[in-house]
Amino acid sequence: MIPSIGELALILAFILAIIQGTLPLVGVWKNQTTLMNLAVPTARAQSLLILISFAVLMYAFYANDFSVLYVTSTSNSQLPLMYRLAAVWGGHEGSMLLWVAILSIWTIAVTIFANNLPDSFRIRLIAVMGLVSVGFLAFILFTSNPFDRLIPAALDGRDLNPLLQDPGMVFHPPVLYMGYVGFSVAFAFAIAALLDGTLDNAWARWTRPWTTVAWLFLTLGIAFGSKWAYYELGWGGWWFWDAVENASFMPWLVGTALIHSLAVTEKRGAFKVWTVLLSICAFSLSLLGTFLVRSGVLTSVHAFATDPSRGLFILLYLVIVIGGALLLFALRAPNVGLGEKFGVVSRESFLLANNVVLAAAAASVLLGTMYPLLIDALGGGKISVGPPYFDAVFVAIMAPGLFLMGLGPLAKWKKASIPEIGTRLKLAAVISVVSALLVPSVMGKITLMAAVGVFMGVWILSTTLILLQKRITTKQVAGASLMDNLKAIPLAFYGMLLAHLGVGVFVLGVTLVKGYESEQDLRMEVNDVAKIGDLEFTFKGSKKVQGPNYTSSQGTFIVSENTKEIAMLYPEKRFYPVQGATMTEADIEPGVLKDVYVSLGEPLEKGAWSVRIYIKPFVQWIWAGCIIMALGGLLALLDKRYRIANKNPNKSAQEAF
Amino acid sequence: MNRTLKFLIPLALFLVAVGFLFKGLFLNPREVPSPLVGKPAPTFTAPILGEAGKKFNSKDMQGQVWLLNVWASWCAACRDEHPLLMQMAETKRIATYGLAYKDVDADAQQVLIAMGNPYNKVITDADGKIGIDYGVYGVPETYLIDKAGVIRYKHIGPLTPEVLLNKIVPLLKELGV
Repeated sequence: MIPSIGELALILAFILAIIQGTLPLVGVWKNQTTLMNLAVPTARAQSLLILISFAVLMYAFYANDFSVLYVTSTSNSQLPLMYRLAAVWGGHEGSMLLWVAILSIWTIAVTIFANNLPDSFRIRLIAVMGLVSVGFLAFILFTSNPFDRLIPAALDGRDLNPLLQDPGMVFHPPVLYMGYVGFSVAFAFAIAALLDGTLDNAWARWTRPWTTVAWLFLTLGIAFGSKWAYYELGWGGWWFWDAVENASFMPWLVGTALIHSLAVTEKRGAFKVWTVLLSICAFSLSLLGTFLVRSGVLTSVHAFATDPSRGLFILLYLVIVIGGALLLFALRAPNVGLGEKFGVVSRESFLLANNVVLAAAAASVLLGTMYPLLIDALGGGKISVGPPYFDAVFVAIMAPGLFLMGLGPLAKWKKASIPEIGTRLKLAAVISVVSALLVPSVMGKITLMAAVGVFMGVWILSTTLILLQKRITTKQVAGASLMDNLKAIPLAFYGMLLAHLGVGVFVLGVTLVKGYESEQDLRMEVNDVAKIGDLEFTFKGSKKVQGPNYTSSQGTFIVSENTKEIAMLYPEKRFYPVQGATMTEADIEPGVLKDVYVSLGEPLEKGAWSVRIYIKPFVQWIWAGCIIMALGGLLALLDKRYRIANKNPNKSAQEAF
Repeated sequence: MNRTLKFLIPLALFLVAVGFLFKGLFLNPREVPSPLVGKPAPTFTAPILGEAGKKFNSKDMQGQVWLLNVWASWCAACRDEHPLLMQMAETKRIATYGLAYKDVDADAQQVLIAMGNPYNKVITDADGKIGIDYGVYGVPETYLIDKAGVIRYKHIGPLTPEVLLNKIVPLLKELGV
């Protein structure tokens, strides 16, 4: 009975979303207040209904309701509660419901926090979000209903894919979707502005905090996913250029470009057309990602549902949403002014370069992801594009961008002078060059890639610190203490500094792990000792362990460095009987300077195992860098400027009356 | 006009991409063409499961249309296609030979006892050498070999009623079985 409530709620939400997406738009057009006033209540009711239906599905998983087909196919009564709840998004239907549930959260947030926008703009914004919701609800109801029943009910379920039975599954998809779906708000802002014809500085200021929130969730979501792959897949990789990873990375690159271009539009009124196009592109790439993952046009470890009718539905939706948005763009953009002029050397130019680099990087990832499909569609046969393409092209495109990152923030708006920037950066250049020579030689091997990577990482860190120092000295008030000067700097500025420092940390992590990781595949008998560098690994044999829904062979390894014991590691090989699947659970001793990573391969005769040992220098810096970037986003959001500047002058005037 | 055209570029690019995506929907990324289709099947001689001392020689199959089904007791997907193989065996329409790929004889026999034996004979390929000759890269796989010993069709993954109906049966008709 209860699952039917969920289905009913979805149907009602669908009807309300249609009203939310149409009548208020008519209202704004015909200037009819009654129709306009429908926007907020329908949006809130629609969102609430979706959340109810999501809660119902969660309850079905909690209560092991195997009369629901979707529960039967992704859960099992033996599955621990935490994973039963995460199994809600462990399959296609539930992921889609999670998608709209998160869209509802964003919609509710917009109805609450965007209340200081001009009425016509706010109503259009909410209506556009309703239209986005209509498409997804129709998709769920007509092709992927998670509440489809199984009569008679199954005795037990087919279990969640063991690969997904991990704490990562609890956090990664919701956080990632918060980012993905969050770009729908920036998209709705762009469409509302195009409809409204109010593409101005104020529009950019309103869009900025929403874009930053989405971006910060997407950053964290991608980082979680990478970390999860690192410890779960058992071979120490942290990024695979898999189609689905790329699908989340492209909106990130475009979203990052958008954040910077919004800054220019807000402060200088320039780049308006470009900014609005980026807003459309960021969300379009999120939708395209959904299409690629859900339709099965590309094979991927992440693709768990392949069905051409679903693919066709999503494609139709893409054509309407993205095609419609781009058509609107083509009609309205020619009338948008160009904004203020700026010199060849200026903050604007650097930010433009940043945008070009990020857009080119996103395009190269898109090309690599779609290329096998293009060739196949043209009858050229099956090919695959692997990490070598992405590594080479992506690094080549991003390297100049990273270098410019050090210069851009130091340049003045409108017109800057190269000599002035140059004198400020002498120190940073010296530090970076010295590090580029020193760090690789300390690590044991000097290679061009490592030297360039270390240079870039240190360059970003040092220029960012110089930027802070410059800000203090140029804005300092006579007689004020250092602390007062630091306090006088707005949070948004600190946010930018922190995000840039995060990039520097990330670049160092990637460079050092790529350049200096080592791995060994060994056959180890009980009490065998393996030596890698200063580290010694002693295999103390394996024993059987019984888990809640699996049996496991657990190995014991003693790790010592210079004869001092530093860690005990217990990698496992698990067998999940319901799905008949074997999983490798690596065990990792993380550290600031290096991770020690041991995973079990195959059991061999007489208690021996094939064993893989990895040393991953500085690998934690990769995720630390991402978290620092996200924290930067958070700081920028907390800046009080948004709260004060957000006040709509018309409205306060009305209130004053 | 020129200015307006410039703003249509994103839409045009998008529509081209849609065209490819549409086409992509009807392509199967998992379908990898086998270079062996249309070529003579590699010949081999190998022990027969449960018939100690006897050898199977693929040359003896000349003049017959037959299916070679690569499977293993350790392969879960093989169990999915097993009932279909059993149904096919009941019709006696086509000779089906199993190739127990990288399997332990006792384990393979255990499965056949538990789930029934759909094969005319099962050939053992304990070290997977025959599999290498045939370019097996995932079990199960099924090869349709004609009277002249030429591979006419290869299916990767478990057989499904659709594959049987749309691919194998029409080919069998063509080959006069």
